[in-house]
Amino acid sequence: MQSVHSVSVDTSAELAQPGMTAKREPFRRYHPNSEPPPWVIVVVLLVTVCALLPLGFVVWVAIHTGWDTVFALVFRPRMGELLVNSALLVCSTVPLCAVLATALAWLTERSDLPGHRLWSWLAIAPLAIPAFVQSYAWITVTPGLRGLTGGVLVSVFAYFPFLYLPIAAALRRLDPGVEDAAAALGLPPLQVFLRVVLPQLRLALCGGSLLIGLHLLAEYGLYVMIRFDTFTTAIVDQFQSSYNGPAASMLAGVLAVCCLAMLWGEILARGDERYARVGSGAARMPVRQRLGRATLLCLLLPVLTTALALGIPLVTLARWLYIGGTAVWNVPEMAAAIAQTMGLAAGGALLTTLVAVPMAWLSIRAPGRLQRLLETGNYVAGALPGVVVALALVTVTVRLPIYQTAFTIVLAYAILFLPRALVSLRSGISQAPVELEQVARSLGRTPVGALWSVTLRLAAPGAAAGMAMVFLGVTNELTATLMLAPNGVQTLATSFWNYSGELDYAAAAPYALLMVLLSLPMTWMLQTQSKRSAGR
Amino acid sequence: MTDYLKLSGIDKSYGNTQVLRGINLQVAAGSRTAIVGPSGSGKTTLLRIIAGFEAPNAGSLTLGGGVLADGSHAVPAHQRGIGFVPQEGALFPHLDVSDNIGFGLPRKAVDRQARIHELMNMVALDHALLRARPHEISGGQQQRVALARALALRPKLILLDEPFSALDTGLRVATRQAVAEMLRRAGITTILVTHDQAEALSFADNVAVMRAGRLVQMGAAKEVYQRPVDADTASFLGDAIILPAFVTNGKAHCELGHVNVGDTLLTGLQHIMLRPEQLSIVVENSKRPADTGYSTSHGVVTHMNFLGSTCNLLIILAAAGASFPLPHGVAPSKRSISVNIPTNPEIGVGSHVCITVNGTAHVLRAP
Repeated sequence: MQSVHSVSVDTSAELAQPGMTAKREPFRRYHPNSEPPPWVIVVVLLVTVCALLPLGFVVWVAIHTGWDTVFALVFRPRMGELLVNSALLVCSTVPLCAVLATALAWLTERSDLPGHRLWSWLAIAPLAIPAFVQSYAWITVTPGLRGLTGGVLVSVFAYFPFLYLPIAAALRRLDPGVEDAAAALGLPPLQVFLRVVLPQLRLALCGGSLLIGLHLLAEYGLYVMIRFDTFTTAIVDQFQSSYNGPAASMLAGVLAVCCLAMLWGEILARGDERYARVGSGAARMPVRQRLGRATLLCLLLPVLTTALALGIPLVTLARWLYIGGTAVWNVPEMAAAIAQTMGLAAGGALLTTLVAVPMAWLSIRAPGRLQRLLETGNYVAGALPGVVVALALVTVTVRLPIYQTAFTIVLAYAILFLPRALVSLRSGISQAPVELEQVARSLGRTPVGALWSVTLRLAAPGAAAGMAMVFLGVTNELTATLMLAPNGVQTLATSFWNYSGELDYAAAAPYALLMVLLSLPMTWMLQTQSKRSAGR
Repeated sequence: MTDYLKLSGIDKSYGNTQVLRGINLQVAAGSRTAIVGPSGSGKTTLLRIIAGFEAPNAGSLTLGGGVLADGSHAVPAHQRGIGFVPQEGALFPHLDVSDNIGFGLPRKAVDRQARIHELMNMVALDHALLRARPHEISGGQQQRVALARALALRPKLILLDEPFSALDTGLRVATRQAVAEMLRRAGITTILVTHDQAEALSFADNVAVMRAGRLVQMGAAKEVYQRPVDADTASFLGDAIILPAFVTNGKAHCELGHVNVGDTLLTGLQHIMLRPEQLSIVVENSKRPADTGYSTSHGVVTHMNFLGSTCNLLIILAAAGASFPLPHGVAPSKRSISVNIPTNPEIGVGSHVCITVNGTAHVLRAP
């Protein structure tokens, strides 16, 4: 899966924020924090500069190349073709995902659909299947799948859970009293849904759509398999043929601009209305709508979705494994791939979490203008696709001794997955109120000692969750790994990619299976996180 | 007793908001001081400056002769050795009671366990709770653990930040008394921050009243209650009846008659303050109490609010001119006073009452 996966957690946590701030906090307690220690600010600045490196690279290339070349490279038919492709892909996939996800979320959260808990898990489970494994399954089943139609079809089933998660969480959180009030004012059920429920899902719809949009722009493997050209596939092509020529960089520049435009669009679309519940007391649990005679018809939707999004990849995998038999289980080679993947993932998780600690601490303990600016910087950096990050790092490190080393790729992971680590750490640190740190200091602990023995101890579950998220993200990362991995380094994703590239689908199957198995815990974590964000 | 803690000219501001202005405060060794004031008066900020969580913008802070803060220099919290009990206890949720209490003790200290037991005895905690987690014990017990934790390092000064406000009323009084008694016996200098005047008056020997970032009055609890500097302080510390009066020759001439004031040199138009408990109210036609030489006046009850054992009366005072010649400059008025009296079946709305003032009135500083 792709880099921008990171934003997924970011968005779900943002959606979680109203619940978190609702925690009782006597206003008397508000002390605009005394200035944070300068070294924390220096570290955070450094981290942000690193995270913004890819964006800086894009700007630098544009300036360095000169206006005439930029103009010639950007305004040409190929660029237009890619733009149209990307726009069509996003504009068809996102609305389809939104409709499918909303229908599924309503059925599983607000109706008496038989087995709604099971269907809710199954609606999230496709997240465990990397997008390029999805397309590998589809291409096996329908070898003729090509172009935009194929792209949209596979993308919908690979990415709709990103919308399902926040929408289901929002539906769970809605106060049924508001719907009762609307019904008492004479609105029929459909009107209640359209005029009362749907507007309250706006934040969830916006956040999830942004996430899917960014994924669509960043994904590489999926679209290569079904031969659909996007910016990302074109950049990797360019990179493989001409290394980091200006053509690849210009493509990366336009892609980055597209991502930022999407980010901006989401901010505009979400508006600044208030959606948090007004009034005190706890909301009642929503009543489930009786489906009655429509039950069977309604069951068709989750059944079909599961069959297409989960059934096809799993059956295909099983079939390839069966066909391959024991011959495809090349144990030494797989062991090496697992070991290298684990090594890179552990390194990436450790580095990412480590550099995220000062930033997370700052945003909880000393919120201010500087901190908000830095956080925005990290948010923007998190929206950039892996291909842009990789290209930037290649250009920057090519003259440095770290070029083509494991360190560079771990650095790329840190940039890509920083938002993930940040979100988990932030919610972890907010579990440790500042009073505890102060008590520890009054009992003789140094500031760093207090941070270590109290705050980080209490934030440990959050930090561990963040680390796991980064770890699993690295495990499935393909694009940046392909571009940056030192010679001889093979991860599960790149091994899978090489075999399927040689059309040896049976040999690729064990790697796909391992990736799916490794991703299951993350899927589970996302589900529980969104449950918790709804406070249930 | 000597001044143990000494604050002089402490200023603190956040951005453009000045929170503390020139605070001067002396605290004697072994005494208990309450800093009391309404929300936003800066009392918690002052406590945090003493604890070392914040540095003052100006002014100095000394403890037992050692300088803790002076201008830009400030000793960090962990080197001050000042005990701190935050609001609602703030126990470490990941540690059990024993480890919470022993948090400040060296982990390998030989007498660690013995000291923890000693501290638990000190705050009257059952040893069965040693291994309990903070969420498993009651609010009052949590508060005791927080206190024991703060006492572990044998601090010479302990700071309590509204420690009793999270407890319900009955437990609150009991815990407050137990804590006050324990700290008195241990001889630890204590500063309590609270917005509850009753808590401040009952807990401390000395009360410091803060308002809008300034320390407006400091003194013994009784003194501050009976002789507040101004009307705001008077009303903050309890119900107060504030009347204009013409003071001359140790008497205040007002709607309550000729009330004694302590100061015989004072003269002129002033505001006097009486506490409601200084007034005795009886029905007018009942047998008058023997003339004690105290001033009497008359009024009519216009509202009564029955509260059980007591009731609150709103009494409109008889026209001032009727009972005494109006001093020059005081307009005749129909002033009402609100008084709580023990419930008396004879008194109701419309009753004509006779009001006697006991003791002396306090003359307030001109606003």
